[in-house]
Amino acid sequence: MDDWRESQEILVMDGRIKVPYTWSAGEVGTSYLEALRDEKRFLGTRCPNCDIVYHVPRMHCPDCFTECERYVELAGQGELVTWTVARRHYPPLSPLGGRFGYGVIKLDGADTGFLHLLAEFEEGELVTGGRVEAVFADEREGSMLDVKYFRPVKGVE
Amino acid sequence: MAAKRVGIVGVGMTLQSSARRDVYGIELINEAVRAALDDARMTRKDIDAIVIGNMDHFEGINYVDTWSVDGSGALGKPIMKMTTGGTTGSTVAMGAYYHVASGMFDRVLAIGWEKNSESDTTGAIITAFDPFWDRPTFGGAVAGLALEATQYMAETGATEEDAAYVAVRDRKNALNNPYAHLRMELNIEAIMGTPYLAWPVKLGDMCPRTDGACAVVFASEDIAGDFPNAPAWVHGVADRHLWAYTSDPYVNQHVKGGTWFPAMERATAELYGKVGITDPLEQFDVAELYLPYSFAGLRYMESLGFCERAGAPALVRSGATDMGGKCPVNPSGGVLSSNAIGATGLLRVAEAALQVQGRAGDRQVPGASLALATGFGGCYWSDELVIGIEKPERNRG
Repeated sequence: MDDWRESQEILVMDGRIKVPYTWSAGEVGTSYLEALRDEKRFLGTRCPNCDIVYHVPRMHCPDCFTECERYVELAGQGELVTWTVARRHYPPLSPLGGRFGYGVIKLDGADTGFLHLLAEFEEGELVTGGRVEAVFADEREGSMLDVKYFRPVKGVE
Repeated sequence: MAAKRVGIVGVGMTLQSSARRDVYGIELINEAVRAALDDARMTRKDIDAIVIGNMDHFEGINYVDTWSVDGSGALGKPIMKMTTGGTTGSTVAMGAYYHVASGMFDRVLAIGWEKNSESDTTGAIITAFDPFWDRPTFGGAVAGLALEATQYMAETGATEEDAAYVAVRDRKNALNNPYAHLRMELNIEAIMGTPYLAWPVKLGDMCPRTDGACAVVFASEDIAGDFPNAPAWVHGVADRHLWAYTSDPYVNQHVKGGTWFPAMERATAELYGKVGITDPLEQFDVAELYLPYSFAGLRYMESLGFCERAGAPALVRSGATDMGGKCPVNPSGGVLSSNAIGATGLLRVAEAALQVQGRAGDRQVPGASLALATGFGGCYWSDELVIGIEKPERNRG
């Protein structure tokens, strides 16, 4: 039998699924994002049973299921736990353009880390365990991108 | 009532390649299913139930269990979809195993598949992550893994060259696997010379995007002897899913007595305890591990107990995990050579079964009788299975 692929071009249909969503942030998410947007403050929650401060905040401790205390005020600075520098420009994922840093940051006062972008660094300035600080966006609308990025704290190892 | 012992009696896999444009998704699934049924000398009618999995958003079809019935063979039969991200294929294997072990089904077909060519893999992966806490700043799978690589190097002193050894090994092994997507021999210098995607991860360190499918027939101990191939027995399974957000594995693992890679370490402790593994390097003859990038082939060896923490670079460089070594890892070429995501974990199980059955062709580890297969995915989740040619005394879980 002849191979049909030799006599026919395979038909490919283009598609795009674009679905609008309206996600509720819930109580903890709303309080957190409002504080970030309106007061440039970071809020964590604390499990009284495990004595863990969660940032980003969780309503319940995922381990012991105790309701967390709301809220613990956290600093806008912290430790860079680990990091990378992404090289590929992929517009939906790289709001900072082609080359940008990306790291897990443990804010002072928190026991858990969260993910954010890194900028304003020279080659070699990003160090595991180094100090970083938040730079806020001028226009804030209640999302994690109200923090534009974190940058190394100058003059501190 | 004790759980049934379960054997793998049929394996089917398609050619893994960058784009299987010559088949529609349902037809791709059917290729693997027919191959598995032929391998077990069964017909569609002999199957009691089906477990199928992929990652919905890669093809944009959410009712995969319904949509694929013509290809999967599920017409008029029980079918269940399982989707757990990167671990989907291994979860499908475990789901089929649970079906049979329960005593409610005798012959269950597990199917894992993906056509990564049909969507934007990174864009689709984003939809698996939290819209508030992760998506706005998430850099996709490569940058996420790079965070782990940076941390691993900082904590252990391992180098990019150490990781490149893993990439060289798996890519070379793929030359022996006629089903593999990437079949290329690259030396350390070549891997090191590939461009950075996200430091320290280079193109040569990463898995490809692949189209492919895999199907495996699981059978109860009551009938497993009735097939042409000697059953590859499931000796035990374990899985752990810990934490939720992208950032969690890198720092939150250290909270509350967490250790290195808690999901994998806890699954390993349970599995090795059940099966009686105390020295994996000596006891396993072969391992098919879900290593999505080269650094995983260092760090995960430590979490799987093949060596002490920070000992993986020396272990890998010693040749112990090469073909001909004490415990060859990924004779198939592994995930670095083929990554049709929903199929990937099931391929590890299928390859482990072929190895202990002595049916792995040019990639056979001579005399292999006990194999470890793993799945990795999501937020550092871990599935693990031990497959052996010897019939266990009882189902140990």
